[in-house]
Amino acid sequence: MDRRTLLGLAPKAPPIPASPRAVRFSPLAPVDSGLEPYQGPWELSQVSHLLRRLMFGAKWEDIQFFQQMSQPEAVGYLLTPPAEPPPVPVNDYNDEGFTDPDVPFGEPWTDAPKIDFIEGRRIASLKSWWLGNMVEQSLSLQEKMLLFWHNHIPVEFTAVFSGRWNYRYLETLRLHAQGNVRALIRAITLDPAMLHYLNGQYNDAGAPDENYGRELQELFCIGLGPDSAYTEEDVQAAARVLTGWRVDYDTDEVYFQPSAHDTDDKQFSAFYGNTLITGREGDDGALELDELLDMIFANNESALFICRKLYRFFVHHEIDSLTEELVIIPLAEVLRNNDYEIMPVLDTLFNSQHFFDYLAKGAMIKNPMDFIAGLFREFNTAIPPRDMLSDRYEFNGTLVSFCKDFSMDLGDPPHVAGWPAYYQLPMYVKHWITTNTMPRRAEFIDWIMGPGISTEGFEARLDVLSAVAQLPDPGNPDVLVDTALAWLYSIEAPPEFHDQLKSILLSGQLSDYYWTDAWSAYAFNPDDPAAQDVVRNRLQSFFYTILQQAEYQLC
Amino acid sequence: MKRRDFLRNTSMAGLAALPHFMPGFGSGLFNVSPWARILKTTANLHDRVLVLVRLDGGNDGLNTVVPIDQYEKLAEARPQVILPESEILPLSGYDSLGLHPAMAGLQSLFQQEKLKIIQSVGYPNQDYSHFRSSDIWMTGADADEVLSTGWAGRYLHYEYPNFPAEYPNDEMPDPLALEIGATLSLTVQGPISTMGMSVFDPAAFYELISGIDAPVPNTPAGEQLAYIRTVARQSNLYGDVVTEAYEAGANLAYYPDNNELAEQLRIVARLISGGLKTPLYLVSISGFDTHDNQVDSSGHSQGQHANLLRQLSDAISAFQRDIDQLGHADRVLGMTFSEFGRRIIANNSNGTDHGAAAPLFVFGQNVSGGVLGDNPYIPSEVFGGDNLPMQYDFRSVYATMLKDWFCVPESDIESILFSDFQALPILDVMDCIPTASRERHQSAGLQLLAAWPNPFTEKTTVSFSGQGRVLLQVFNGSGKLAATLANRYFPKGEHRLDWDATGLPSGNYYIRIQLGAFQQVKTVIKVR
Repeated sequence: MDRRTLLGLAPKAPPIPASPRAVRFSPLAPVDSGLEPYQGPWELSQVSHLLRRLMFGAKWEDIQFFQQMSQPEAVGYLLTPPAEPPPVPVNDYNDEGFTDPDVPFGEPWTDAPKIDFIEGRRIASLKSWWLGNMVEQSLSLQEKMLLFWHNHIPVEFTAVFSGRWNYRYLETLRLHAQGNVRALIRAITLDPAMLHYLNGQYNDAGAPDENYGRELQELFCIGLGPDSAYTEEDVQAAARVLTGWRVDYDTDEVYFQPSAHDTDDKQFSAFYGNTLITGREGDDGALELDELLDMIFANNESALFICRKLYRFFVHHEIDSLTEELVIIPLAEVLRNNDYEIMPVLDTLFNSQHFFDYLAKGAMIKNPMDFIAGLFREFNTAIPPRDMLSDRYEFNGTLVSFCKDFSMDLGDPPHVAGWPAYYQLPMYVKHWITTNTMPRRAEFIDWIMGPGISTEGFEARLDVLSAVAQLPDPGNPDVLVDTALAWLYSIEAPPEFHDQLKSILLSGQLSDYYWTDAWSAYAFNPDDPAAQDVVRNRLQSFFYTILQQAEYQLC
Repeated sequence: MKRRDFLRNTSMAGLAALPHFMPGFGSGLFNVSPWARILKTTANLHDRVLVLVRLDGGNDGLNTVVPIDQYEKLAEARPQVILPESEILPLSGYDSLGLHPAMAGLQSLFQQEKLKIIQSVGYPNQDYSHFRSSDIWMTGADADEVLSTGWAGRYLHYEYPNFPAEYPNDEMPDPLALEIGATLSLTVQGPISTMGMSVFDPAAFYELISGIDAPVPNTPAGEQLAYIRTVARQSNLYGDVVTEAYEAGANLAYYPDNNELAEQLRIVARLISGGLKTPLYLVSISGFDTHDNQVDSSGHSQGQHANLLRQLSDAISAFQRDIDQLGHADRVLGMTFSEFGRRIIANNSNGTDHGAAAPLFVFGQNVSGGVLGDNPYIPSEVFGGDNLPMQYDFRSVYATMLKDWFCVPESDIESILFSDFQALPILDVMDCIPTASRERHQSAGLQLLAAWPNPFTEKTTVSFSGQGRVLLQVFNGSGKLAATLANRYFPKGEHRLDWDATGLPSGNYYIRIQLGAFQQVKTVIKVR
């Protein structure tokens, strides 16, 4: 019986992509595939690649689910946003020493007035809620897309220091995450958290504050690509267009205050076709915002820039001239031709030959949430359910602090450019792995495979027995090794490693039946502690060795 | 079990005692010989240390070192943030300028001639983006040039050209650069790999398990994989060294509480006193992007900026006191930098927008003291976009550090900074590193690659010895691939390949070899 049959896969192409041995010693071949629809096998390797990139980690049961569909159906399924947003965050932070005077325990705090001494807890509650949504995500791109936009147009929760505004910011992102980019940028421009974070609300005709006018171009819409040529005068002119927007700290109302608006004309440079935005008086001053956005989105650079950011987040950090020509430029055309609706772009990219190219697999490094949420999801490890309010708050808070240790403080990126992994030359995603974070990731694996993470009423650790029980033919050590590697790694591991893993299952013995018998004994009597122990000890070492390799850090 | 308890008792029965079936991260070629520890010389006077203090966000220079002789014009241009004149701290010997009221610590260092102020440091054609301008400062690029290597990374590559092949070794058992924090900045990025490592908690290092060490596939994934393995290997190799130094070291001075920069500098002082020979440390403090509420409207000498400068001043003065008491003052120098200063006029949110040139501090026993340069001139009518022109190019400060602190011969500085920047009178150093010591640095580790002639005009011959799959590439100074000389199997022995660079622009090129787990870069210079 060959390996394919053992894996229970259709006898078409091999379950693992053409052996890298063939390419290992040839010059680095360019990824010369483009946006043409993917034609190729739809098997474990492709399904798990898609899930790792569009969700957090590839759960075995999810892989099975999507393998039943065709590849385009699977992408279509993932691109369909869930019907309902997650339930609103509630007061899960009251404890013996702390009571929110306005919001009862278990009730939403999202409309409660801001009280300085409570906001720290509400922000912690929001982060914990957000992380929980990612771990418990539905079969959809939504949560990954939300993280993409948070990285692209971030606020820092701690700088905004209002749980209510931060929540509203996240929901603004969610509302537009798979909608229209221009509408998203407009909504974020007038979002209370952003107006506060980048000083828009202080931007005043007498002495304009350039912060938002600059980042709107540099970081959100135009970027600093080779053909980006907006000028310092454009920054100042944009800042003047944006004067007068204010937010009411009590009602959250965003309004336009004509007396704070600069009513002079704003002249833009040749990069923007020498656009002149005529200064308007009174309430009409508010209309200049749309003229500004029209001007920015009419510029070719904006579609190119957004597509490059998407590419760097979902595909690979390196954009060479071939990628630019085969992927970025045509993708930007899709974005422009669809009036900045993002769905056609996502649909084209995630269905493309380029996205599934074997050279693109494993070309990313897992970001801290890929790593944390991925581990929980891949091993079906639950976090405390929503009704265990305090436990969930504390438990997810622990995960949030691990994530911060791995240098991703969810909701608090280092600054308005987001995380360096997605913009900083020449390392890009390599920023996630340093001599500091690499040992910490390793330590986290020790932690959840060993004592686990616990709160007063809840405990979680990776359950290797149930993870293996769902796999095909777990009593066959070769099949188990092959399946686990093809499932958990995005590239093929060397044959020696296969042998090393098998030898862990066999405890160094040479005959397969040592493992087969041990597994059968357990499968026959799963509640027998002795039988459990025998397989668990070996599987602990087995998965520990898989998870502790550099290969597992690839996405 | 609490997380902390767990970390303390990581025994993990059945996990820690995994069998090592394969040559792993910690075995074979990369092991330090048992003699290394015994032979390891403690750092001596020639092992000089530079501490780079980054002020992240763009520091408002005009409220840091205040040009008192321009005070009336400044009060006119930036009434929203102007400091009360009476509270500005005087600098003895200099009537026309003073320090922000929160910087008593630096004032005292200045009095002791342990602080040098350099006025209006910047570069031509200022870029006002944080990210571009930080990159420019870290790489030492021109405003219209993109470099993917850091200035200090290039210096470390010059000093230790064989790194990382057979590092650590007896000559250099310690990390080449340490950044205190979670990530590593572009400053220490070398021509192929980072020259530094980041340390968060030097008291506790984690031993990674040995792992797969088979060749990586020649794909983007393989490239990421090789990087992760290198980090894991370095983390294991240097982790013990750093922890040992931390344990052997001490702090003798009091460091202020609730001051993140002070905590970072405390770690640096302790590692230095523990005997690390590491020449470069990076620390940082963020929050200088003061578009709003830079000052409290009730009192301009209080507020965000005052808090930041107080932390900066307290941290540096505590560090200097510590280094003095620890007896390492002769070999430790520090400097601050920020991506830009801020605009002359203020905005109505009591803050300031991105600006241009700003003062820079160099501190340590070996500075010559005083102020270099003139006060910035404030025009009587200031317009919205007006900025301070530079007096000194920041790369002249780097050139000074290289020439007078790290004793790089003037003729070699250009190969590191890519242009002939002149040094400035900042330091007062008597002797320099003996030539023999530099030669030892440059030959430490395993030399895989040579090129001759170098510099060359059209052709140079690349030679290497070894057996196996070899990838030999040439990158230009800005990191773009210029040629692939070989990507094939080589039998055992000495190998030579010509590189014909006819038609390529003159300048620095990096020849990179990858031979199995080893990689190395050789800098060559093409001249006309």
